[in-house]
Amino acid sequence: MLDFVQQLVSGIALGCVYGLIALGFVLVYKATEVVNFAQGDLMMLGGFFAFTFIGMLGLNYWLGFAGAVAAMALFGMLAERVVVRPILGYPQFSIIMATIGLGYFLRSVVGMIWGTDDFKIDTPFSDGVLRIGSLVLAYDKLSVIAATIILCALLYLFFNRTTLGTAMRASSENMLAAYYMGIPVKRVVSIVWAISAAVATAAGVLLAPITFIHSNVGLVLGLKAFPAAVLGGFGSIPGAVVGGVLIGVIESMAGFYLPQGWKDVAPYIVLLVVLLLKPEGLFGIHTRKKV
Amino acid sequence: MRFLFKTDYEDDIRLFPHSGYVVSYGILLAFLVIAPFVLSSYLVSQLVFVCIYATVGVGLMILTGFTGQASLGHAAFLAIGAYTAAYLQQYNVPFPVYFLAGGLLTGVVGALVGFPALRLTGIYLVIATISFAFIVEEVLARWESVTHGNEGMRVKTLSLFGQAVPQNGSAFYFLCLGVLILTIVGTLNLLRSPTGRAFVAIRDSETAARSMGVNVSLYKVKSFAISAAITGLAGVLFAHKLSFISPEMFTLQLSIEFIIVILIGGTFSLHGAVLGAIFLVMIDPFLTYLKDDLPGIIAGIFATFGADSVTASKIHSNVAAIASANGLKGAIYGVIIVLFVLFEPLGLYGRWLKIKLFFQLFPLCKRATFKRQKIYVKSERNR
Repeated sequence: MLDFVQQLVSGIALGCVYGLIALGFVLVYKATEVVNFAQGDLMMLGGFFAFTFIGMLGLNYWLGFAGAVAAMALFGMLAERVVVRPILGYPQFSIIMATIGLGYFLRSVVGMIWGTDDFKIDTPFSDGVLRIGSLVLAYDKLSVIAATIILCALLYLFFNRTTLGTAMRASSENMLAAYYMGIPVKRVVSIVWAISAAVATAAGVLLAPITFIHSNVGLVLGLKAFPAAVLGGFGSIPGAVVGGVLIGVIESMAGFYLPQGWKDVAPYIVLLVVLLLKPEGLFGIHTRKKV
Repeated sequence: MRFLFKTDYEDDIRLFPHSGYVVSYGILLAFLVIAPFVLSSYLVSQLVFVCIYATVGVGLMILTGFTGQASLGHAAFLAIGAYTAAYLQQYNVPFPVYFLAGGLLTGVVGALVGFPALRLTGIYLVIATISFAFIVEEVLARWESVTHGNEGMRVKTLSLFGQAVPQNGSAFYFLCLGVLILTIVGTLNLLRSPTGRAFVAIRDSETAARSMGVNVSLYKVKSFAISAAITGLAGVLFAHKLSFISPEMFTLQLSIEFIIVILIGGTFSLHGAVLGAIFLVMIDPFLTYLKDDLPGIIAGIFATFGADSVTASKIHSNVAAIASANGLKGAIYGVIIVLFVLFEPLGLYGRWLKIKLFFQLFPLCKRATFKRQKIYVKSERNR
């Protein structure tokens, strides 16, 4: 029983990581209907920025964190301006390919600049554990869970309660109509990319003590976060986190109870089954086709 | 400029619309036939890879280019073809049999993937095919009694009708070229048949196709099966070319490379698959050339513009350091993909058509002929 709870908690922590990255996917999708395959790589780049500020320049952890988030928000806007804006409004497949290209580029440039070793950021939560009875919880994992809940709540409120959030949802549904209604669509898209890059950075920095940072971390985690976003129904913020937690728990349970090899495949099998039964994901909105 | 007058349907679906086609393809074929006797063995080997990639490209083109179903899982189909060959070869099954068996088995698997894909569109289909590819990769790594797991499998030299066909010889090149040509001709025939027309109708509008009486589900599954089967055939050749296969060769990276093939070539015509394959395979020798010669060339340019020998040698070493940096290939891939998507969405073949039209209409060509329409209004969620 204790094993089960322990696995459950570590699965939830892992799942929150996926959820955090998936949040970035969902944000961009919700506002622009663009699927950003470079999301994991944005996270990786954010981690490296934070590593540069904290590990190399010796800044305070929180200062370095904030600096990395700000820098990445700018970078997100830049990436949007250069790669996405010229092809906004074209078929989705072109945009997917463009972001895949961006991901390639970021991975190898980061590899060239920082090298391909593993890096570690010292955080206030790096060591130390919380003991509840005989249950052991590491602070770094708890910090990820807490951050995920806070970010998810903030983003949910932002999308559903603020004018800017409403503008974002409007421009995703019909860009042209939103433009006619006086929404500055280009600026909205730009802001969305900034927010999504900032969320990715937060994920990257919080992850640093758990997975370390290396140039391929984005690809590896991004490919796990992607099913999470799909499972939750692309376009639903709570869905992304729920999907992430589901994937995380499935992965850690499969790793513990099933023979070796199932750990990596189980999330994808579950994903395929869910897509078969409910093609729009768990929280997706099913819409009728219009001719 | 030549005007073609079509008086009946037979004129419209001709494989060679006029004699110019016969001449130009004849010349191309002649070049391809004499290539192995003229080119170095390294280039011939690259040409074999071009043929294999182009075959996969044609397969993927049927699915993505003509039926409009994206797939990032074609590496898995290639793997199934390759492993079928390697497995059956152990039992001394002759090449023609396991070649066809590889294609058939992959086709069946493709159809099985096609069924769940029926209800999925766009991004959901992409992720479903990625998941499928991951599962296949893991199965290959774990099913050790058949696939030898991560140790991989050796593939013996191909023997055809009692003759050994070594993977570096010109005979193997001709085999791959033959398979490619047969695939292309077969696909062209398929595309002018009712099946091919149904594929294109589904790509353009699923709803319209359905209301015209096209059985959308049936044709989608067919498209998956045919595309997978062609990829499986290419997989058999791939296994023989590499003579060693292991699960980590068939990763998402390879699937993305296949997508790059058709994207760079141009996703609307079979020419694109071949041009894209040439581009993707030949980028390696080109990068090697860059690494070896570019520093000398740039330093030479600076030297002729009056830089002294110290500066020139400094430039030489700097450029050499950049050109041989780790992971440069990935960056170049990335930049190429982004540039193609941004500036030449019709790919290399589209560029060729534009150039051709420019000269045909000279001086009346206008830039707007190939302008793309933006579709801001369409939300893919409601499609």
